[in-house]
Amino acid sequence: MGEIKYTKDHEYIRVEGDVAVVGISDYAQSQLGDVVFVELPKLGKALSKGDEAAVVESVKAASEVYAPVSGEVTEINSGLEAQPGAINEDPEGTGWFMKVKLADPSELAGLMNEADYKAYLASIH
Amino acid sequence: MLNRQGRPTTPGEAAPSDHKTFTGNKALSQIEPLIFETGRLETTGVDYEAPKSFTSRLGGFERKSEIGLPGLSEPEAMRHYVRLSQKNYGIDTGLFPLGSCTMKHNPRVNEKIARMPGFSDVHPLQPVSTVQGALEVMHTLSHWLLELTGMDAVALSPKAGAHGELCGMMAIKAAIAAKGEAATRNVVLVPDSAHGTNPATAALIHFVVKPVPVREDGTVDPAVVASLAGPDTAAIMLTNPNTCGLFEKDVVAIADAIHAAGGYFYADGANFNAIVGKARPGDLGVDAMHINLHKTFSTPHGGGGPGAGPVVLSELLAPFAPVPFVRHTDDGMQLVESVDEAANHGAHAFGRMTAFHGQMGMYVRALSYMLSHGADGLRQASEDAVLNANYVRACLADLMSLPYGNRPCMHEVLFDDAWLKDTGVTTLDFAKAMIDEGYHPMTVYFPLVVHGAMLIEPTESESRASLDLFIATLRDLAMAVKRGETERFTGAPYHAPVRRMDETRAARSPVLKYTPPQPILQAAE
Repeated sequence: MGEIKYTKDHEYIRVEGDVAVVGISDYAQSQLGDVVFVELPKLGKALSKGDEAAVVESVKAASEVYAPVSGEVTEINSGLEAQPGAINEDPEGTGWFMKVKLADPSELAGLMNEADYKAYLASIH
Repeated sequence: MLNRQGRPTTPGEAAPSDHKTFTGNKALSQIEPLIFETGRLETTGVDYEAPKSFTSRLGGFERKSEIGLPGLSEPEAMRHYVRLSQKNYGIDTGLFPLGSCTMKHNPRVNEKIARMPGFSDVHPLQPVSTVQGALEVMHTLSHWLLELTGMDAVALSPKAGAHGELCGMMAIKAAIAAKGEAATRNVVLVPDSAHGTNPATAALIHFVVKPVPVREDGTVDPAVVASLAGPDTAAIMLTNPNTCGLFEKDVVAIADAIHAAGGYFYADGANFNAIVGKARPGDLGVDAMHINLHKTFSTPHGGGGPGAGPVVLSELLAPFAPVPFVRHTDDGMQLVESVDEAANHGAHAFGRMTAFHGQMGMYVRALSYMLSHGADGLRQASEDAVLNANYVRACLADLMSLPYGNRPCMHEVLFDDAWLKDTGVTTLDFAKAMIDEGYHPMTVYFPLVVHGAMLIEPTESESRASLDLFIATLRDLAMAVKRGETERFTGAPYHAPVRRMDETRAARSPVLKYTPPQPILQAAE
């Protein structure tokens, strides 16, 4: 498994070669509560860093998921539409959202690694 | 001397509440099955003869099997709905502290006036000469709404707050188009603390929504607004007081920043009850604002509605107000019903929001409320609403946590869940435990900018005694949390007709259609 990085909006990105797996962090799913609906981007969609990439709705609220990096959507986890609970059960595993072909790998440098993200979570509480 | 056998008659001596009954009912509180379970397919309440000569023109679309509707006699149908209504909780039952909803008492004098035949039996297609009184009510209501808001025109017809928002934003869109900027001016700024309907309204008419982060103290910073506003800015949508229950103290600077960029200022009037008679939105730089008659002006809310969301417009937007509107002429009240007719009076109406004039019954009730209170009464209602919210805040601040510090709020007080941290009790659990105590919970998890939000709006309707009991109840619950009595919360409600709903399963796999048990299904086929 490649290195995992996080955004301040609680998305994670795991780089595997020139493709990256994107989802929401365990902290994000715990804050959202039970996820009941997910809207994923269309295959082939070109995302710019910070774009609204997906929508995740829980019993509490609907939230946007932003693209942590720029790139093209090469695969989506369409199983989530029928089983959104996977986001709660295994957010960084079976609960992944989409795979993105990196347009600019240098964008990764601006994201937090796991230790930085843990420190960031501690700082916002 | 009816009690000759020495049965216990003192409360508390009777059987405990977990005493089981044969029917499952608890005294006069009855378990009510679904209407499909009560009804029978072979029965109907009213038996019409089949029409003598009837030829179906449905062709292949004709229903081939029974529709499977339950048949009930009239008393059965009556009992079903009355029993359901007895499970309802409303402002007529008790304190209803939903934040940003202004669940105030609906005075009975309003109902009496609204039931006068001259108001209740009019038809929107009646000749104008026969409904002069009704039109005068609309005209007088318009006058007082403009007086209280300091604005120039009003569109009475929108049927709810969100409909009013749409109307106001359409007026803004029309004004932008009239300036020839429709293609370039399409961004609407919406603070994080806004009502959820605000971004939804903007998006519905193809504006691009840009969020405005709120600052540490929960209010909007005019410098941030100025930095985000530009030649593409159509409007800002701001609620004042905001959903954190705080007055946007820099509202004039925010209005100036938007106007300097060439945009308009839409104010969400949901929280108007805090400032009636104290501040006029027009004086604060607002260009459009809806007023929820069913909040601020005491017309019935929700199921007792319908709602009504008139929109007031500033001088800049007034020409674009939709039809119909009432004009006072030498020949009496005139109803301007078409865009062409409005043009004769120098207006550029963008169209109409409703088929007819809006919620006539609510206009009568709102005007009745205004006239029975008078200007001083309306001001006092707002003062009392703010005082009551601050009383609740002051009495609970030592036990519960306030996200923006213990400082004066407006008509609603916002707590967060910092005080629940590591207790094993969540905001939702706390709200459910309130149901056991006989209270409708406050608004929870809104506004989203505050963690585990609990937003309480007591309104001016509550007496000191009522507030004291509510506060004592919340204090008792809060102390129970602190003592570690988590089961009182995690299992709540224990005493409601149904226990806690599985919201997750209801959302993930909603059952929207009744499926009869198998034998009944076969009988229907």
